[in-house]
Amino acid sequence: MNSRVLTIAANTFREAVRDRVLYNLVFFALLMAGGSILVGQISIDIERQVVVNLGLTAVSLFGVVIAIFIGIGLVSKEIEKRTLYTVLARPVRRWEFIVGKFFGLVITLVVNTFLMSLGVLLALLYVAHKLERGDLTVVVAIYFIVLQFVVVTALALLFSSFSSPLLSAVLAFAVFIVGTFAEDLRGFAAMSQGVTRVGATIAAYLMPNFAALNVIAEAAHAKPVAGNLILFNTVYALLYALAAVAGAVLIFERRNLK
Amino acid sequence: MPAIEILGLEKKYEVGFLRKTEKVALKPFELAVQEGEIFGYLGPNGAGKTTTLKLLMGLIFPTAGSARLLGRHWRDPDVKTEIGFLPEQPYFYDYLTATELLEYYGELSGMDPTAQRLRVPEVLERVGMTAAASTQLRKFSKGMLQRVGIAQAIIHDPKLVILDEPMSGLDPMGRLEVRDIIHSLKDEGKTVFFSTHILSDAETLCDRVAVLNEGELRAIGVVADLTAQVGGKVEVVWQGEKAKPAVEALGAECRTTASLVRAVLPEAKLDAALDAIRQARERLVSVTPVRATLEDYFLQKLGRKPLEEVETR
Ligand SMILES: Nc1ncnc2c1ncn2[C@@H]1O[C@H](COP(=O)(O)OP(=O)(O)OP(=O)(O)O)[C@@H](O)[C@H]1O
Ligand SMILES: [Mg+2]
Repeated sequence: MNSRVLTIAANTFREAVRDRVLYNLVFFALLMAGGSILVGQISIDIERQVVVNLGLTAVSLFGVVIAIFIGIGLVSKEIEKRTLYTVLARPVRRWEFIVGKFFGLVITLVVNTFLMSLGVLLALLYVAHKLERGDLTVVVAIYFIVLQFVVVTALALLFSSFSSPLLSAVLAFAVFIVGTFAEDLRGFAAMSQGVTRVGATIAAYLMPNFAALNVIAEAAHAKPVAGNLILFNTVYALLYALAAVAGAVLIFERRNLK
Repeated sequence: MPAIEILGLEKKYEVGFLRKTEKVALKPFELAVQEGEIFGYLGPNGAGKTTTLKLLMGLIFPTAGSARLLGRHWRDPDVKTEIGFLPEQPYFYDYLTATELLEYYGELSGMDPTAQRLRVPEVLERVGMTAAASTQLRKFSKGMLQRVGIAQAIIHDPKLVILDEPMSGLDPMGRLEVRDIIHSLKDEGKTVFFSTHILSDAETLCDRVAVLNEGELRAIGVVADLTAQVGGKVEVVWQGEKAKPAVEALGAECRTTASLVRAVLPEAKLDAALDAIRQARERLVSVTPVRATLEDYFLQKLGRKPLEEVETR
């Protein structure tokens, strides 16, 4: 990759670390420790399910919150504070700045998720006393969660390129929630008639399909995930994110800085 | 080859929410800054100085016109490896230390890593920030930020340095140091283009200046030529108080010290003043021409003083 993009990404990661974003790991660790000790005392069979469900849902929520709240400020904060002036006075193309900021946050989320995942696996080991082949689905579920973060980050970036930070956050959360129920939306579209059907179908397919990216239930029951789905989801999430980042770049390229 | 050529750049802003009106922040004009010059870009608040510099750096887009930088198309991003820019009231990543910030900008400018390692402490020394090299910028004062701002503008040893009010926020020592830096840049063969509304800085530093007012280019030239256009003034000193009202009536400012009265008045009124003094039979001490300053130029040509900021000298 282009060295300026890497430099900007690395600096974005450094900013997140210095702004103590990774401190959320402390809360996560407490949650996991408390949760697994508690289930360890009450039940025998469903411990594994509870730990995986609780752990992965927490990984997902913590990450989405970080992706949205940092994502909306990635570029808009730099415009607002005018830290961007001296960056764009360099041989940095505007798209390089956007892409660098995007990767910086993705790297932050990957590191954060990696550390959280270790916590989930530790908790699993603690309640089940061993890790099995079925636990591989947990890893797949975590991978899908990271793909969700990539999409959410790209959307937060896109929304913040044309609306205020508050509105961007609301939009990003709304899309995340609607996308989580993407299958229902598609089902609804299929049931409606005429013009509504066309409109609803377009809307349903424009929304990111976070339902397909959620295999927490399978992971909790140690059911395997088809290899096809892994491939399909990877391509889908990357294309979706690419489109959103490209949209943000198109808007930003024309923008007069204040 | 000129370092900067402004070819009819124009910037209009839409203002107002319901009833949109156009505000012209910069009207088209041609301006060429030669290589190796220290060029001052002067004008009162709101004249359009910052607008011009932001246009040149590609931070905002013009409604018409274009420019050339170092002989290349201004939109060529690679030309910026040779340009350093200090924005007005600069603000930087406050979670970085001064050294980290300069390294970051060095990398973005495509500097060679080994050259950079040597260069960063050298530049920090040059702006008097060695002691704060490893302090996070969030702990910096305004003047310290300004110094780091100058450091980041020259870290990559650019051929052309564009500075928006480089002296603002600096104490008298700091201003002297920045003047020295600008001079030394010229000695190294660089071009410096800076905006200011502190005229004494422009007078002591610049080879040439351009004067901007309300978005319009009003004059370009050597400082001495501009001030020569302004009607000269003379200082008259005499002994005694009786002629004072008559001289004051000619529009002179009089100040009395001990038994001497000093009056500064336009050259054209000199004869009348001398008559008044003779009639009062008072002793004339001296008549000296007063060199017109850029400030006089501003007052006479633009009808307003360029500085809202109090000069600290
Ligand atoms: N984003 C904007 N929207 C509307 N008008 C603007 C905008 N930015 C600048 N202007 C107007 O353009 C004019 C020129 O502003 P500019 O900042 O270039 O002045 P300046 O010469 O740098 O003044 P100063 O000495 O105060 O820094 C001003 O009248 C200002 O109100
Ligand atoms: Mg200005």
